[in-house]
Amino acid sequence: MFSFFDNPTLISVALGTALLGAVSGALGSFAVLRRQSLLGDALSHAALPGIALAFLFFGNSPLLFLVGAALAGWVATLLVALIVRHSRVPFDSALGGSLAVFFGFGLVLMTYIRKHNINHASSVGLERYLYGQAATMLDSDLRAIAILGGLALVILALLWKEMKLLSFDPEYAASLGYPIRGLDTLLTALLVVAIVIGLQCVGVVLMSALIVAPAAAARQWSNRLGRMVLIAAGFGAASGVIGTVLSDQLSAPGRIVPTGPTIVLAAIGFVIVSFLWRSLRTRISRRALREEQPA
Amino acid sequence: MIPDSIEILLMLMLTAASCSLLGVFLVLKKMALLSDAIGHVLLLGIVLAYFVTGDLQSIFLVIGAALSGLLLVALVEWLARSRLVKEDAAIGLAFPALFALGILLASLYCSHTHLDIDRVFFGIPELAPLQRVIIGVYDVGMFSRWLMTGVVVLNAAFIILFFKELKLATFDAALAATLGFYPVVLHYALLGLVSLTAVAAFEAVGPVLVVGFMIVPPATAYLLTDRLHRMVVYSVCIGAVGSAIGAQVAQYFDVNIAGTVATVLGIQFALAFIFAPQHGRVVQIRQRLRQRREFFEQMLLIHLLQHEGTPEQEEESRVAGLHEHLRRSPREVARIVKSITRKNLAIISGTSLDLTLMGREQAQRVIGVASSSDGLPSTTATG
Repeated sequence: MFSFFDNPTLISVALGTALLGAVSGALGSFAVLRRQSLLGDALSHAALPGIALAFLFFGNSPLLFLVGAALAGWVATLLVALIVRHSRVPFDSALGGSLAVFFGFGLVLMTYIRKHNINHASSVGLERYLYGQAATMLDSDLRAIAILGGLALVILALLWKEMKLLSFDPEYAASLGYPIRGLDTLLTALLVVAIVIGLQCVGVVLMSALIVAPAAAARQWSNRLGRMVLIAAGFGAASGVIGTVLSDQLSAPGRIVPTGPTIVLAAIGFVIVSFLWRSLRTRISRRALREEQPA
Repeated sequence: MIPDSIEILLMLMLTAASCSLLGVFLVLKKMALLSDAIGHVLLLGIVLAYFVTGDLQSIFLVIGAALSGLLLVALVEWLARSRLVKEDAAIGLAFPALFALGILLASLYCSHTHLDIDRVFFGIPELAPLQRVIIGVYDVGMFSRWLMTGVVVLNAAFIILFFKELKLATFDAALAATLGFYPVVLHYALLGLVSLTAVAAFEAVGPVLVVGFMIVPPATAYLLTDRLHRMVVYSVCIGAVGSAIGAQVAQYFDVNIAGTVATVLGIQFALAFIFAPQHGRVVQIRQRLRQRREFFEQMLLIHLLQHEGTPEQEEESRVAGLHEHLRRSPREVARIVKSITRKNLAIISGTSLDLTLMGREQAQRVIGVASSSDGLPSTTATG
């Protein structure tokens, strides 16, 4: 902790993960409210073959990795929808199955790339997309997070009213003439953006937790959407910073601790505190109610 | 002594078989994602059990990890019941949390052991033959294969012994409870076996792909049959065939075996989704087209019947003008006219299409059915 302000790299990395946490916290709130928590799981696992294919065809270009990851995630959600609509396979099986198949295919491509050392893969370190290694973040990556994440937040702010209506009462929104299918697609696309920019820092396996955890924690503190989104963004940003510092502190020469787990565990810490607070509060208010009644 | 590649193949097939046996019930009971859950939490269970036993091949490690999976399921069910979060969020929170803890511990304390991070993520069946079971001086084969064999036997015995109870609990849990079959006990017994199977399969396939092995073959079999016992047999076969193909392909390209098998299983599902005899897309689409054609044929017959003997008959039944009255494309009308005349329901005389005796009877029958069911003679066909 003492070395934190002396280390400019660490500061810029922490800035990146904080931004990432804020974006995924804000967008994750909508996913949690719309009961799409598991969509994030499928999307992030499915991103792996997208990254590998982008690397296979275009070489080392982080921006194209993002595009490949987003496309693969999008294809996976389409496939899940297709299977559910046109067969009797239930939603959870379709989701779990596609997640595993995409992830498996991604692993195949990754090992192929590594064994044949295509495009000098060993020097690029594609592994960081698996478990997340924020320390490898470059200024260009930071810029990509800032631009894409900022854009997602701006779109969310501009369409705030519509998104709110869509999340709580889609039928009413449709009856008012809002294009809910389009809005639904847009909100999912924003979620994809949040997931994709987080892959490098948190990794495909744990990214879904960063979507769900800050939002689930924030839900315990407020019943108002605006406040919930702000609190979730705050929790997300704090988890990013704490996780980055933790990973830096725990790493020793010859032992690299990935940032993914530490960031996620920091977020889970917020969840546990929030759950405890909520239970405590309900207990206190119940007791207060009981004491009032006899009078 | 059996060559390594055969032993790996054998182990994968056993893994796939034992996973699919239980997966059938997970798919049907809509609990597929619990296998995802269990797969993820096992990492933590294995790491913790490894701290205690210090041995990766201990049977206590297997049992300890399996118990941790079962505990986690109980935790998630409790979390969902507490109504602090919705069920999907409960699953989305609990598993990554414990998985993250597992990775953290593994990367902190196990980086110098067999339990390295790659192993933890992918499962590396290539390494399995290194661990042998030695009885006396005889090398009787690799540890994982014997473990998997035991698990397959256990799972098969469970399903055969409790087939009736499982069937009832899967399709009508309320009735099973009323009849005194304790579906809750069965539920936890099933999940306990899922947990045990996942630990045993961990080495071969890794935590993420266990889900694929458990879910994809039964989902494929679900598209192929309507009977439970066939679904069990089919999914075991599909899993075994998929692993055999996958292992060959992986060895040819020198890539991760478990991932390749998962990909092959996915392709098998896609094939079933498209070509399955009853629930496949091709059959469904053809069925819908046939229904549309039959409906259109009936509409045409009724149209002809409605105008029979009226002054407009000549104009309304003119072959070249039919598409305007029926508001369809000329090509479609031409095709239908051809099939109707071939079936001898109508004949072309001159420029107009006239009903035969058979055609008239059929049209009257259709109208009769329509008018007796909703009281209105069909007039939609008139143009």
